[in-house]
Amino acid sequence: MSAPIVLGIETSCDETGVGIVRGTELLANVIASSMDEHARYGGVVPEVAARAHLEALTPTLTEALERADVTLADIDAVAVTSGPGLAGALMVGVGAAKALALSLGKPLYAVNHLVGHVGADVLSEEELELPTVALLVSGGHTSLLLVRDLIDDVELLGETIDDAAGEAFDKVARLLGLGYPGGPAIDRAAADGDPTAIRFPRGLTQPKDLERHRYDFSFSGLKTAVARWVEKRQDAGEDVPVADVAAGFREAVVDVLTQKAIAACTDLGVPRLLLGGGVVANRRLREVAQERADAAGVALRIPPLDLCTDNGAMIAALGAQLAAAGRAPSGLDFAADSTLPVTTVQV
Amino acid sequence: MLLAIDTSAGTSVAVVDRDAGVLAELSTDDTRRHAEVIGPFIAQALEQADVTAQRLSAVAVGTGPGPFTGLRVGLAAARAFAFGAGKPVVHVVSHDAIAATLTAPALVVTDARRRELYWTAYDGLDADGLPIRVDGPGLAKPDELPTGRERHDAATVSAAALGLLAEATWAAGRDFASSEPLYLRSPDVTISAATTGGRRVTQ
Repeated sequence: MSAPIVLGIETSCDETGVGIVRGTELLANVIASSMDEHARYGGVVPEVAARAHLEALTPTLTEALERADVTLADIDAVAVTSGPGLAGALMVGVGAAKALALSLGKPLYAVNHLVGHVGADVLSEEELELPTVALLVSGGHTSLLLVRDLIDDVELLGETIDDAAGEAFDKVARLLGLGYPGGPAIDRAAADGDPTAIRFPRGLTQPKDLERHRYDFSFSGLKTAVARWVEKRQDAGEDVPVADVAAGFREAVVDVLTQKAIAACTDLGVPRLLLGGGVVANRRLREVAQERADAAGVALRIPPLDLCTDNGAMIAALGAQLAAAGRAPSGLDFAADSTLPVTTVQV
Repeated sequence: MLLAIDTSAGTSVAVVDRDAGVLAELSTDDTRRHAEVIGPFIAQALEQADVTAQRLSAVAVGTGPGPFTGLRVGLAAARAFAFGAGKPVVHVVSHDAIAATLTAPALVVTDARRRELYWTAYDGLDADGLPIRVDGPGLAKPDELPTGRERHDAATVSAAALGLLAEATWAAGRDFASSEPLYLRSPDVTISAATTGGRRVTQ
């Protein structure tokens, strides 16, 4: 008997994702993004995202089945992100997944979005080795996890205490007039900049902060520091060296992210680091992570980019792991939980 | 036979049949648990009516007016269920389901939260027994509701009533409502910060 075919639905933020996997084999990964609709606001607007999910739902399901070259009758189980994420957005996926599972007469697995990002890696060629440290960085999350077992034992080492890293990119891009989304915009602007020209602060890296927040992050102060620096220049009637500001800001973010992730690997004696989340699309982050991982003897894994950003395939993959392990389905009365803790892999 | 869903106020799910009437209905006026109860309600409605998805001819769903978050749960569930079953979705204005039992002119009113109300004005039923919608749906402050018709407040919208109205609409050969959700409010956003580059941090 071949591995179960699982259809995964992801609607925790601004991407409507439907993915289909057969065990650890990726069959389809279709994403409809409402990013363009958020551009005029300079950030994700929850209600705009939720409305877009409803409209994208059926077209995305249709396309995923076509790409996977399977029919509804082939689907063995449905998986859905039940949290964490934007409540109104999550509820579209949860409502849809329950109804779809019922109409197909198939089991439903409600899973954790963040663990899904780690689960994406089971779809890559090489087998996921555990335990591993995982750094998940997106517009909504900045979390450092210790994964001993994908479906049983995930520990939160630290997370952002204010803005997510991707949010900081959006805010700084906005104050530099670079547009949305901020990550690619900052990357383009930073290409000609000198990352050492301006040294912006590294949040929660001072010895006293490290005592309490060894693996936590903070990007709000960095964003304010950039704003102050820019305003001071403008007030003095001087030009703002946008390339250097962008490069300096990006370097500060990347420095803290990679420093803390590698420190976790070293401290815990876990020589493996997995990256996930949309900010992984940032080339500088991947470069520095690779350099530092190599220097520390840590094996770095980065799933393909379309599996790093929010997607339904990672949710399907995690659902398939749960099904393969013989876990009972989630039932039909679970809620969308915007603050679902990472320790809850399945609801 | 239809599966009918409405989440414009509380959550209501029913199975109705043009000849046999209401085969099952489950409702709650809880306006905070749409995503939780929608699953068990659909499952129980099908079980009580003793029908499978395949025996349905369509899924009927209320398009509101209703507060966004809850309203969307029913629409998402209806579309996904219909997709899975390979059946069509038919849309009904939720207030019409309330008006379907009102023979005299009436103003149907439901809670829109934030101290506002949704309203729709009706002039009884037509020859096919379908409600005659003459104005709305609209959104208004309580003291700014249209006058001239007897006010009819509702805390829930019955999916059974909505389903039977869908059956009657089909039988009369009339058009169903548009699939567009009747949010009647724009997303809460201000674009000032985005367009101006944000507020200064230094004074």
